[in-house]
Amino acid sequence: MAVLARKPRDLADVKALLYRPEVRQVAYQAALLAALAFAAYWVVNNVAANLRRQNIASGFDFLSRTSGFDVAQTLIEYSNLSTYGRAFLVGLLNTLLVAALGILAATVLGFVIGIARLSSNWLIAKLAAVYVELVRNVPLLLQLFFWYFAVLKNLPNPRQSFALPGGAYFNVRGLYLPAPVFLPGFGLVAAALAVGTLATAALWWWARQRQALTGERIAVLWPALAAVVGLPLVVFLAAGRPLEVDYPVLGGFNFQGGVAVMPELIALLLGLSIYTASFIAEIVRAGILGIPKGQTEAAQALGLSRGLSLRLVVIPQAARIVIPPLTSQYLNLTKNSSLAVAIGYPDFVSVTGTILNQTGQAVEVILMTMGVYLAISLLTSLFMNWFNSHMALVER
Amino acid sequence: MTHFARRAALAAVVLAGLAGLTGAASAQTKTLDTVKQRGQLVCGVNVGLPGFGAADDKGVWSGLDVDYCKAIAAAVLGDAGKVRYVPTTTKERFTALQSGEIDVLNRNTTWTISRDSSLGLSFAGVNYYDGQGFMVKKAAGVKSGKELGGATICVQTGTTTELNLADFFRINNLQYKPLVFEKMDEALRAYQANRCDAFTTDASQLYAVRLLTSNPDEHIVLPDIISKEPLGPAVRQGDSQWFTIVRWVHFALLNAEELNVTQANVDEMLNSTHPDVKRLLGKEGDFGKGLGLDNDWAYRAVKQVGNYGEVFERNVGSGSRLKIDRGLNGLWTKGGLQYAPPIR
Repeated sequence: MAVLARKPRDLADVKALLYRPEVRQVAYQAALLAALAFAAYWVVNNVAANLRRQNIASGFDFLSRTSGFDVAQTLIEYSNLSTYGRAFLVGLLNTLLVAALGILAATVLGFVIGIARLSSNWLIAKLAAVYVELVRNVPLLLQLFFWYFAVLKNLPNPRQSFALPGGAYFNVRGLYLPAPVFLPGFGLVAAALAVGTLATAALWWWARQRQALTGERIAVLWPALAAVVGLPLVVFLAAGRPLEVDYPVLGGFNFQGGVAVMPELIALLLGLSIYTASFIAEIVRAGILGIPKGQTEAAQALGLSRGLSLRLVVIPQAARIVIPPLTSQYLNLTKNSSLAVAIGYPDFVSVTGTILNQTGQAVEVILMTMGVYLAISLLTSLFMNWFNSHMALVER
Repeated sequence: MTHFARRAALAAVVLAGLAGLTGAASAQTKTLDTVKQRGQLVCGVNVGLPGFGAADDKGVWSGLDVDYCKAIAAAVLGDAGKVRYVPTTTKERFTALQSGEIDVLNRNTTWTISRDSSLGLSFAGVNYYDGQGFMVKKAAGVKSGKELGGATICVQTGTTTELNLADFFRINNLQYKPLVFEKMDEALRAYQANRCDAFTTDASQLYAVRLLTSNPDEHIVLPDIISKEPLGPAVRQGDSQWFTIVRWVHFALLNAEELNVTQANVDEMLNSTHPDVKRLLGKEGDFGKGLGLDNDWAYRAVKQVGNYGEVFERNVGSGSRLKIDRGLNGLWTKGGLQYAPPIR
């Protein structure tokens, strides 16, 4: 009896629960999530079924098979007897190399141009403005072709190479640099360098603390130089100069020995960093212009020199404006590096292209390629977000 | 509640749409019916390889592979002009065929076991027996591929070429550097700019590519042939009727040459008393029906395109700028490898 009597109230309870906004929100989101998950499952399942039905191989077994092809630039040991998985890694490292070097060069160049555009010197400011407007409005692929086919291709043949100071050569095949050969005992020199660097860092930290406490400024430059350069030099001489240089020598079709830098890498680096620098320059300019003039005036009123007020007052504040858009440029540069395919640099896309064609497993290879770019981008953005929060104004 | 209902309806529509999309792709339709219904053959060809598949400045396609597209269209649709050409790169070509974007791939594509067994493709025959070779600058003084130790070699990506190259240098214990480009144009430009010592691809293409250089006389094709490259038309697996049609159009062109049936004399040949000629041209027997076509299929192909020998000479042989010897591509009766099963 009691149970029967309670039933209508139960229903009303359930109804009331359904009408509660929080519950409905959660329910909608759960439903949407379930629908998405189902759609994803269904697409994957459908693709797999179709591949099977059309008799197209699928799965990731091919990664452990022998690749059978060579790559022109390998940062790790690799030959045509290595696996497809290793080839992936080789391509990935080539992409990371060009992205890291490109980001470094673009940042330095971008900051210089950005500040130059704000210069009180009319000529410098206008030159910087022309650079920005010219470079950022020409498609990147064209700029790559320009550097690769118009500039670097006009370099002389190996036999007529430009000889650079220090035993280096530059020709149409690339830049040939003397390579250091480390002999046993060089570990001591490296250790001395590490010790010197640590000592300098400690000294710098101590000097700062001291200045904060007493206001007394201590010059650290000379002791720092002594620790970073002097100490390793002494150890180097004492250990009997455990370093030799392998110079490039002309032989056969080309130079042998030394370190060869592919012209494709040089062209790609030039193209990517010059292009991205024009965007970074504008971001830097916006950052500096975004700081109210009163800040500079206040710094000068406190007696700070022009350089100090820039370094201690303007730049830390400008950095907060600059970092978020800078992150986008870094991501752009990394993704743009896939244009390497057009000029023969063996980047990730180029190597996976070969893998795709040899294995015919388009779905897997493309998925892996997309996954890797996504991971690189997310990691870059994670780091920059951390850096941004580190630099952000701490509100008290 | 209406709010929820609207959302649910939206979700249902999206899901149904997805289902429809992929469902259509998975439905097994007969290529012959699709082609007839469309009234046009969609043929995957090279983006631009003189002699095999290339469009001129007016957008008119020509080449050995292109003539195979025309012959199939003539046999199936009755008109060699009813072809839509889809230029494909080495990387795209198999996906284009697998996904149904093209009906047949006539794009100097090498027949290998992996392509037969794991790409879901079937090769209908060999319309050109090729092999990989090298082109070098005369000035380099190289006479053989074995002298290429330490050389930098320009390659176009997405071909069996990279694999053969690695094998060749591994077998001969030589060092080399491959420089891989996405497009042939760029690979050739880099080679011409002296970035590479040699350019490698199938020998047939080397002759074509040599003509594309600014001064063909400065370049020579080395005698070394480092691989077997049987090139031929490919179709999707699982449609044996379409496969049979493509294969027998090829055989019909070969048989026509063997029987001396040419584009010019095919109409006279209709009155021939030779039983093989009568069977080829549909005057005897009922062979077209088995293919799902009429009995004039081979007549139309020869009438509109010519026999294999004519197609060869016109596009890559003596009638072309390439001037490639028949060599392995001669008929079996003349010391070549081209041999077609009989029509009977």
